[in-house]
Amino acid sequence: MEVLKIATAGSVDDGKSTLIGRLLYDTKSMTDDKLEAIERTSKQKGYDYLDFSLATDGLVAEREQGITIDVAHIYFSTATKSYIIADTPGHVEYTRNMVTGASTSQASIILIDARKGVIEQTHRHFFINNLLRVKDVIVAINKMDLVDFSEQTYNSIKTDFEELMKKRDYQDQNITFIPVSALKGDNVVNRSQNTPWYKGQTLLEHLEELDQRDVYNTGTPRFPVQYVIRPKTEDYHDFRGFAGKVYGGELNVGDEIVVLPSMTRSRIKAIYFYNKQYKTAPRRSSVTITLEDEVNVSRGDMLVRAGDLPTVDKQLTATVSWMDSDSLAPGGKYVLQHGVNKVLAKVDAIEHKIHPDYSGIEENVSSLQMNDIAKVRLRLNKPIFYDRFKDHRTNGSFILIDSKTNNTAGVGFIE
Amino acid sequence: MSTLTEEIKKKESLNGADRPSANALEHEAIYILREVAAQFEKPVLLFSGGKDSITLVRLAQKAFWPAKIPFPLMHIDTGHNFPETIEFRDKLVKELGVELIVRNVQDSIDEGKVVEETGKYASRNMLQTTTLLDAIEEFKFDACIGGARRDEEKARAKERIFSVRDDFGQWDEKNQRPELFDMLNGEIEIGQNVRVFPISNWTELDVWSYIQKENIEIPSIYFAHKRNTFLRDGLIWSAEDDVVFRADDEPVEERMVRFRTVGDMSCTAAVESYADTIDKVVAEIRDSRISERGARIDDKRSEAAMEKRKQQGYF
Repeated sequence: MEVLKIATAGSVDDGKSTLIGRLLYDTKSMTDDKLEAIERTSKQKGYDYLDFSLATDGLVAEREQGITIDVAHIYFSTATKSYIIADTPGHVEYTRNMVTGASTSQASIILIDARKGVIEQTHRHFFINNLLRVKDVIVAINKMDLVDFSEQTYNSIKTDFEELMKKRDYQDQNITFIPVSALKGDNVVNRSQNTPWYKGQTLLEHLEELDQRDVYNTGTPRFPVQYVIRPKTEDYHDFRGFAGKVYGGELNVGDEIVVLPSMTRSRIKAIYFYNKQYKTAPRRSSVTITLEDEVNVSRGDMLVRAGDLPTVDKQLTATVSWMDSDSLAPGGKYVLQHGVNKVLAKVDAIEHKIHPDYSGIEENVSSLQMNDIAKVRLRLNKPIFYDRFKDHRTNGSFILIDSKTNNTAGVGFIE
Repeated sequence: MSTLTEEIKKKESLNGADRPSANALEHEAIYILREVAAQFEKPVLLFSGGKDSITLVRLAQKAFWPAKIPFPLMHIDTGHNFPETIEFRDKLVKELGVELIVRNVQDSIDEGKVVEETGKYASRNMLQTTTLLDAIEEFKFDACIGGARRDEEKARAKERIFSVRDDFGQWDEKNQRPELFDMLNGEIEIGQNVRVFPISNWTELDVWSYIQKENIEIPSIYFAHKRNTFLRDGLIWSAEDDVVFRADDEPVEERMVRFRTVGDMSCTAAVESYADTIDKVVAEIRDSRISERGARIDDKRSEAAMEKRKQQGYF
């Protein structure tokens, strides 16, 4: 079954958790015991409706404060598809969680409170989803019940958002507007009687149809080698298989390939998945590849099709989203993980900071703090084999690891 | 070129398919298992004999074929296992030709490291943590692969795929590493270890469908069978062994039941079921209105039960 990952973004009190709870409830994905727990707690708190946010706000601190402070994953399925929702918090200080959620998602839901309209936070949510090149963005204009399901309110918010869209860098992003009430259930799973003026799909109808479009970013095939399989058994004495996941496009038996960084040429002899051979290794499949020739390949090397070479370089410029409490400054050294490959990186310069609310850039910045986004120049101790992020979402991104704490301190999108 | 075309044709006829199955969750899990083998010195697969860890074993077989699984399995034995599970475990390990490490909660009790719970709800489930942490230290494991899934429980929904534990085996849920794209950061200090959850994104139904599709053998207690049981708090408990405390006013009755999870007997309740084949089990799960952990008394101790156990180093 097809799996679709969705990220959600909204400000505090925009009703994100309620929307997710509603999706679970109306698709009958919530089991009786979980529903009973929600009913019990809602009653205890004296609400006259079911507080669906209780279904997703998992940590004690969150339940106490009534806010979401980390990425939670929620699962539901319909007859045609399995859905994974990365529920990411919307406060300013948690940009890093939003970037994280969006990085693994093919679609994203941005919530807007119909009473408040497009606010500064909305700019940030859109900026991040556009920066991360999430293919499909749904703008859910929520709490329509509190504005009497007014078409005029909906249209004015839509116009404001379209104004924002003019500033986006990734123009091909598919954007859809839906008027909803998560609390009352309008246009989430079921069509609303309250919005006769809205002719579009409900949120779930839209998601259900997504696989008819391609929700994955395509590119040229890249095969980073994770692990070399050498069984050293009687039956497979000479077997040398290169295990990895295929990104961007597919690889076929017989393809002429180049091994990076050695630049050795060979051909794909066989593609294994478990104990069977296949002609094609599709995008996103974890396979084992053998080559026609005895080639020296190890973890971190990359197989690419001859004629589709990535950039091989020791210097790069990237948009970096900083996620660590220790700041990033020029001269700082980090471990750069690009796919499964690790090299050392030194920060040459911070070119400028980018305000994630589309209010411009800031030059002469001496350091980056958590949640800052900036254009950064890096120098590496060894070349990596990369594509631009706009051409290849996987091979154009990397993380920076602080070698003192081993924390994942930031993520970069290569120019 | 002609020989190549011929060879491709030959391969097609051998397999009857051009490309492997498009189960995104399976490919993701295999990727994660390979990262573990590559990034860590001494990984181990925590094997409970339950369906999730059996699924992990199949995924590991696939990830490294034709080589053997490059890490041992470890079972933290509470001594309260269903006998069917242990039989099954030993058979599987023999077939795979991998090393099995067993560490017993009973030993931790005998050594005075933990104290057995008493009373109506006594369980060894909590005690496992100490035995597990001791074993990690004894073997210097730096990565422990587990079958936990995010859909099981609210606190697990926030767990990372690579989840770093400190020297005391503790989970700092407020300070987790962000996981971006497919990149898994397994860098740790000596003494720390990483808990790895390759089937994080699977649901209970995904696991059962996989077992069905792959025709994976699982212990018999997962299928409907007649069992002497008694009722408590609306849950069905096994009365066949002396592990679960039964009061005199809790009468024994024979019921058709099966187990949805196979944890420690003292905290795993059965469900009434007539699903005696894998197809029927999958159909039952698909229609089920009670979550899997609804039959786990350890989670019902409080709203935050799982989160507290995880902070202390539970699986």
